[in-house]
Amino acid sequence: MSIDWAALGQVSGISLLVTVGFVGVFTLGILGTSRKPQQAEAGTDTAATASTASAPAGGAFGPARAGAYLCFALCAAVVAYGINLIVA
Amino acid sequence: MEHITLLIGIVIVTALVFDFTNGFHDTANAMATTISTGALGPRIAVAMSAVLNLVGAFLSVEVAKTISGGIIDEDAGVRPEVIFAGLVGAILWNLLTWLAGLPSSSSHALFGGLIGATLVSVGMDGVNSDKIVMKVLIPAVAAPIVAGVAALVATRLTYRLARGRDPQDTAKGYRAGQIASAALVSLAHGTNDAQKTMGVITLALITGGVIAPDSDPPLWVIVSAGLAIALGTYLGGWRIIRTMGKGITDIQPPQGFAAQTGAATVILASSHIGFALSTTQVCSGSVMGAGVGRKGGVVRWSTAGRMVLAWVLTLPAAGLVAGGAALLADQGDWGVTAVAVLAVAACAGIWAASRRKPVDHTNVNDIDEAAALPAEPVGVVTAALQSVAPPPARAATASSSATPAGASAATGSTS
Repeated sequence: MSIDWAALGQVSGISLLVTVGFVGVFTLGILGTSRKPQQAEAGTDTAATASTASAPAGGAFGPARAGAYLCFALCAAVVAYGINLIVA
Repeated sequence: MEHITLLIGIVIVTALVFDFTNGFHDTANAMATTISTGALGPRIAVAMSAVLNLVGAFLSVEVAKTISGGIIDEDAGVRPEVIFAGLVGAILWNLLTWLAGLPSSSSHALFGGLIGATLVSVGMDGVNSDKIVMKVLIPAVAAPIVAGVAALVATRLTYRLARGRDPQDTAKGYRAGQIASAALVSLAHGTNDAQKTMGVITLALITGGVIAPDSDPPLWVIVSAGLAIALGTYLGGWRIIRTMGKGITDIQPPQGFAAQTGAATVILASSHIGFALSTTQVCSGSVMGAGVGRKGGVVRWSTAGRMVLAWVLTLPAAGLVAGGAALLADQGDWGVTAVAVLAVAACAGIWAASRRKPVDHTNVNDIDEAAALPAEPVGVVTAALQSVAPPPARAATASSSATPAGASAATGSTS
């Protein structure tokens, strides 16, 4: 009986890297599109409340938003590759 | 399709029933955390999963082709009776674990059933033990651990990156990401598990001499297997969804996203290499990992332990039932009939037991209700269910532990 350590290691390593990478990139995308608390709450008395939901809507813009879209595009590409793996 | 004997017909129907329980049992894999984080409503979630399972069934026949020649040696005299007995063992174990709300592996139930039936009626020669160890046992141990570690690290990372942000603000993004990962898991499940049934039906057709050895599954086999698994998925094994979505740990949107992504990645990577992985075990592993990864997250190790116990038991238990069924089915026509009658009776009994405390899409997310209703005399099953459903006190801890992220957001803004 032979245990194929190489295949096992490969699956483990790739899974770990891809998962962490994917989640990391996606989180960056979320960060880019969500409001920074510092900006949203600047100069308001409600700064101490935990919820920023009532703060004026603004969101990130400019390079942050563009970067976020790049992150999401990268994630979409990975998902497409995944579907490709299923089909092939 | 010419000359399908009654026996082969019974085997095909049994295989489709197994396929149905498989979908039923495994809805939780893709959708449990999606439902518990509120990314999708319960009904929409199972409908989406069902459609993707159906689509997945049509995408490829690679797994179906390997199953017949892989674990069971089809040349060693495996007859339709043996396959029938194996399927009965797998179905009964699937239903029992469903009744207890335990996410056990449908694939292992199938393998265990087939192996047990083959051992009893053909002997050791009929089973490729090397392949069982390498393709089934080792991935069974490794895959959930890998998925768990991946989800753990990913959860840590995403909480660290997103600290200082309002959880309500980011939840939408995480939920969207989670839907995508869950869709991928459903699709992969359709290709893997629907194909296992196709493989079994094809194996039955080959052993019955209906189609030539090494032929692809006929179209009607692919269609019926896909439909059976989609129907099972749509009806949803709500008990198992509850255990996975709420029972193991309380899942927040970032955790759900990390867990689902880890599961999807491990499933795709290992099925690409050719391991017969268990979607269920991978998903449970990643949910546990995500539970450990969040600060203040509580993993209910008693539930997790019961689940792992069910995993260990799955192969031998399904094998044992199947072995008994094979012994009986080998006695001739009356034996096969007896097995069929007993199997139907057992299924009906389990279903009746499940009606005593139904879990469906309306109460899948409220854990308090089930634990707070000790109205009927506590039988074995009720006791098991009550211990699976966590006590209400836990829910309070969970909601209070959700606050640190919000609190840190507040501190970040004042500094």
